[in-house]
Amino acid sequence: MTRLNRLALALGLGFLYAPILVLVVYSFNASKLVTVWGGFSTRWYGVLFADAPLIASALVSLKVALVSAGIATVLGTLAALALDRHGRFRGRGAFTGLLYGPMVMPEVITGLSLLLLFVGIGVERGIATIVVAHATFATGFVAVVVGARLKGFDRSLEEAAADLGAPPWRVFAGVTLPLIAPSFAAGFLLAFTLSLDDLVIASFVSGPGATTLPMRLYSQVRLGVNPEINAASTLLIGAVSVVVLTASWLTGRRGGAAV
Amino acid sequence: MNGERAHRLSGRAGRALVRGLPFLWLALFFLVPFIVTLKISFSSPATAQPPYLPVLDWTSGPQGWREFFEALDFTNYEMLAYDSLYREAALSSLAYALAATAILVLIGTPLAHAMAQASARMQPLLVALVVVPFWTSFLIRIYAWIAILKPEGLLNAALLRLGLIGQPLNVLDTPLAVLIGLTYAYLPFMVLPLYAVMSRLDPSLPEAAADLGASRARTFFTVTVPLSLPGLVAGALLCFIPMVGEFIIPDLLGGSETLMLGRMLWTEFFSNRDWPLASAVAVTLLVLVVGPVVIFRNAEERREEALR
Repeated sequence: MTRLNRLALALGLGFLYAPILVLVVYSFNASKLVTVWGGFSTRWYGVLFADAPLIASALVSLKVALVSAGIATVLGTLAALALDRHGRFRGRGAFTGLLYGPMVMPEVITGLSLLLLFVGIGVERGIATIVVAHATFATGFVAVVVGARLKGFDRSLEEAAADLGAPPWRVFAGVTLPLIAPSFAAGFLLAFTLSLDDLVIASFVSGPGATTLPMRLYSQVRLGVNPEINAASTLLIGAVSVVVLTASWLTGRRGGAAV
Repeated sequence: MNGERAHRLSGRAGRALVRGLPFLWLALFFLVPFIVTLKISFSSPATAQPPYLPVLDWTSGPQGWREFFEALDFTNYEMLAYDSLYREAALSSLAYALAATAILVLIGTPLAHAMAQASARMQPLLVALVVVPFWTSFLIRIYAWIAILKPEGLLNAALLRLGLIGQPLNVLDTPLAVLIGLTYAYLPFMVLPLYAVMSRLDPSLPEAAADLGASRARTFFTVTVPLSLPGLVAGALLCFIPMVGEFIIPDLLGGSETLMLGRMLWTEFFSNRDWPLASAVAVTLLVLVVGPVVIFRNAEERREEALR
């Protein structure tokens, strides 16, 4: 590796990690002032765990993330199968547009338009509407992850099963499903973290009584920097790092690039 | 032979289900909402539940439907066109997104190149290192910059101690802070597609250029970069589109002066409760981001055809 490349890596990764590092370090700061170091302390974690509304919103977020990631995994896997197996079917362009559109769409548009739909059809807003919204925008991400796995797998195994007389559903359940299962888990975890992270869409489609963790954090962040948020952020970053490492371990070395 | 036919039939039903389920879900919760938004963008705000007029009543018969459509108008769009605040917000959204995309290309290309040049053993680790921040909460990563950029923050503390500046710089709540935030948050989106293309480049091409006497810089700019163009375009689009409608970054880092459409939509909706105007902003935003994408893709297709 040349010296220039090493420099690019150091600067790039330093840029990506420095703010996160600052956040983590200052979550252990004894002082209430975020920019003055007052010695090591875990007091803000104590404050955090005594913050009942924050804990309640974290539970709401977990519930929403689990259910919406489950739905997105099913829909995304089906979509990936359709794109991989069905060739040039009618409406393929529209299908891919619908699938990948939500991935790049500015969140304010997705959030507002879904809210208007829910109001228009008279659905009561709450946890269920956030679940639907999150499942909708995570489906494309799952499809990308599962699709990458489908592309790289040996079709002759399925053909062998079919030649031996297995009906299509048995080929799918007995051969295809076990082979793509790791990407499933990776897709689920990705959908899960996306849901856990979303502020904008949830703010639009949520109703009274359904406050997610990012919504709660945002209302505090607007008031300024505070060490309790640093502590909450550190825990979230830790959790996400574990999830990412698990996911890249599950998909093997090629999966990381698929995300 | 009957069994085979049954197979084929169940196969066809299965295929319809595999395609149909995600298609119906996405049509209902992604496409239909846009149509509803478009409709409401032609309505007027009202102090009612829902807070807009007219409300379509399907059971009102043809006469009622006609009255409904006659009550729709372009007032919201006229307001957007004539109010200089919205014109400025639209222009500055595009300007911020373009500037940040340009910075991302400048930072992302050397980073992705360095990743692709690293040893095969290092590459998965480097990819994971770029992916982890992308999975980490967006809100938290932007929040982290407040403590760094504010007047009594860490950046100023460091610069003052080094004696580089005499008094604290005002970075937070300026356009510079918004650009830093955009660049920071979207860097993984630029690097990953670029890396995906660069890591698959045939290494014999830059080698050939080097053998023919091209300097490293010349090889990079005349061989590696042009061959990586597809990744560059994918990364640029992946960043540009959501950045135009960005809300969190201008809201937390930009102060009250920063005008961006995503933030105005938020304000119209949550503070002013003007749902029709918010809808009109959403439609405008959509047109603004779809326009460049269509132009880009057409240019790409023409370029590919020319190469064929």
